[in-house]
Amino acid sequence: MAGKIFIAIDRLTLALDKLSAKIDLWIPASLQTDNRELTEFVPYHAGMVPILDRQTTLPPKKILLPQVETLLRFEHRKDPQNPLKVSVSLDDKSEVRPALVFGARPCDVKGFLTLDRVFTNGPYVDPYYLERRRNTLFATLVCLQADGTCFCSSVGSGPADTEGSDFRVIPVDGGYVVDALTQKAQSLIDSLGDTPTQHQEAQARQVVEEASQHRVGDLDLTGSAEAFRKRFANDDYWQEMTAQCLSCGICTYVCPTCYCFTITDEIENMRGERLRSWDSCMFYQYTLEASGHNPRPSKLNRYRNRAGHKFSYIPEKYDGLIGCCGCGRCIRSCPVSIDIRQIVGRLKENACESE
Amino acid sequence: MRVNKFLNNPYLPELATVQEIIQETANIRTLRVSLDDKEKMSEFSFRPGQVGQLSVFGAGESTFVINSPPTRKDYLQFSVMRVGEVTQRIHQLNAGDQIGLRAPLGKGFQYEDMKGHDILFIGGGIGMAPLRTLLLFMIDNRRDYGDIMVLYGARSPQDLCYTYEFQEWKAGGVNLVLTVDSEFPGWKERVGFVPTVLSEESPSPHNRIAVVCGPPIMIKFVLFGLKELGFEDRQILTTLEKRMKCGIGICGRCNIGSQYVCLDGPVFSYEQITGMAQEL
Repeated sequence: MAGKIFIAIDRLTLALDKLSAKIDLWIPASLQTDNRELTEFVPYHAGMVPILDRQTTLPPKKILLPQVETLLRFEHRKDPQNPLKVSVSLDDKSEVRPALVFGARPCDVKGFLTLDRVFTNGPYVDPYYLERRRNTLFATLVCLQADGTCFCSSVGSGPADTEGSDFRVIPVDGGYVVDALTQKAQSLIDSLGDTPTQHQEAQARQVVEEASQHRVGDLDLTGSAEAFRKRFANDDYWQEMTAQCLSCGICTYVCPTCYCFTITDEIENMRGERLRSWDSCMFYQYTLEASGHNPRPSKLNRYRNRAGHKFSYIPEKYDGLIGCCGCGRCIRSCPVSIDIRQIVGRLKENACESE
Repeated sequence: MRVNKFLNNPYLPELATVQEIIQETANIRTLRVSLDDKEKMSEFSFRPGQVGQLSVFGAGESTFVINSPPTRKDYLQFSVMRVGEVTQRIHQLNAGDQIGLRAPLGKGFQYEDMKGHDILFIGGGIGMAPLRTLLLFMIDNRRDYGDIMVLYGARSPQDLCYTYEFQEWKAGGVNLVLTVDSEFPGWKERVGFVPTVLSEESPSPHNRIAVVCGPPIMIKFVLFGLKELGFEDRQILTTLEKRMKCGIGICGRCNIGSQYVCLDGPVFSYEQITGMAQEL
C-alpha cells in the first residue's frame, strides 16, 4: 500500500543509508566516548546506529536554529586614493540543504511549532529559520518511553501526536511501520522498505491507538495565562518557587521551545561576521543595560519571566498556543530539580487567594 | 544545495554615511546620517518615536530613536550617550564614515490622537532625544496642538542637550521649563529634580497628554507625580529603553509581559504597561 512501509530492525541501517543518499539525515545518537547516556541529534554517517529507545538529552532545536550561525559577513576596504576613507561591503548569502530528522519524538517536533510562530508568523519573518524550516522533514516516533518527568499531555499534546511531522514511525514487532503524512514524505518513502503485512498494519494501528489513549502527565497546564497574571506581582510566591535556582541556564539550553538569542560581531583585521547565538533569559547579563540598569535583576524576575513567557505571553500573542511541549528536559537536567509543572500547576490552585 | 540571497532580510542593514557630528555634552554626541542609496533616502518615511538600529561593523548594533522629525528630512538624527562598547565606537566615528542602519523600527507616537490636546513633555538627560522628534513635529504642525510645555532636566547645565535649539523651541510657541539637580554658578533657571519641579508647576490634567522619557528612576517618580496631579493612565505616554538585539520582536529580551519594546513600542501608554511596572 502506498505511503506505508515496514522496515525490519536488521534492515534499518540499510534504509538510513538509502535515505542519506538523497537527503541530509539527522539521527539520535551519542557522540560521547565516556558517557553514552548523553544523546543528541547528529548528522548520519554510514554504519551509525540510531538510539531510538529513549528521548535524547538535547532536543533537535539546533537543526533549525543553530547554536551559532552567521547572519552576515562584512568587509572594510581602504580607498587607495584616500586612505582615510574606508568603505564597507555586506553579504548575507547563506546555504540551506534539504534535511530529514529521523527518530524525533512528538514533543521535539511540537517544540518547533512555537518557534514557527515566533520566527515566521510575526510582522517580520526570519529568513534564516524559514529557509531551514521549509527544507527539513521530520520522521517522528510514536513515543512509548515516557518517564516520570514527561508531561506532554499536560500541555495539550500526547505520545502519538503527529502535528508538525512528515512521517510517523510506529514501533511494532521486529521493526517499524512508517507512514508518510505529507506530500514531501511520499516521495522519499517508496524505496525504504517493504509493504507491511496485514498483521503489521493491524499491530501499528493498535500501538497508535493505545499511545493516543495514554495520558502523560496528570496536571492540566493549559489555560494558565489568567492565573499567571494574577500571581505576577506576588513576589512571595515567586521567591518560594525559585529560591533554589542557580541561574545556570540549563533549562533554556535543553528546551525545545527556548529560542532567545543574541547578536554579536566578530572581526579580524578588515573582515568579520555578524553572528546569532543562543542566549538565556536566566542570565543576569541578558537584560543588563549599558547604564547598569537591569529590569530583571534577580532570579525571581528571571524565572517568572521564563514561566510567563511559555504559559502566558506566548498564549496571549499566538491564539492560546502554549510555549512548552512537555518534554520534561528542564526538570531532568536541573541541578536543583526545579519543576516547572509544579510552579505553573500551583498558579491555578488557589489563584483567587491573591488579589 | 541552495544558495540564497534573501530578498527581504530584516537583519541586513542599509549602508549609511555620517554627515555631521555635534558634541552635545561631555558624553553625548548627535550624529546626522543619510542612507547611501539616494532613492531609499528620499523615500524613507517614519513616525516620530520610531527607532533605528545603528551598526558599527565589528562592534555591533544598538538601538536609538530617530530624533529628527519626519517633517525635516535632510538627514536622520541620532543622539548617543557613551556608556557601553557599541556607543564607545559610535563616539569614535567621524563625518564621512560608513555605518549600518536598520530603520524605521517600532511603532512611534499616535500623534493623530493627540491633535487638539495640550501637551506636556517631561524629559530627563538623554531622555529628551525621543521627545525632540515629536516636539519638532508639533512645532512644524503648531496649529494642530494646544498649549505645549516642556519640562527638561539634567544633572547640570553642561548635561543638557540641544541647548542651541532652545530659542527655536520657544519661538515655536513652547513653554520651556529647564531644571538642574543642584545650584550652578550662572544658572538662572530652575533647580531641583524633575518630579519636584513637576509638582511645583502642577499642570492641569484637563485635556492634556503627558509624554515622559528619562532614566527609569525618574520615570517612576514622574508617574507618581502625574497620578497625584490627576492624570489618568491613558493620558500618560512614555517611550521606553531596553537592551535590544534583533529590533523586530523575535530575539526575546526586551519584553514587558507579552509586548516587545522594539516592536510594540517603544512608545507605550501607562495603561498598556500597568501591572508590569516592576520590569521597566
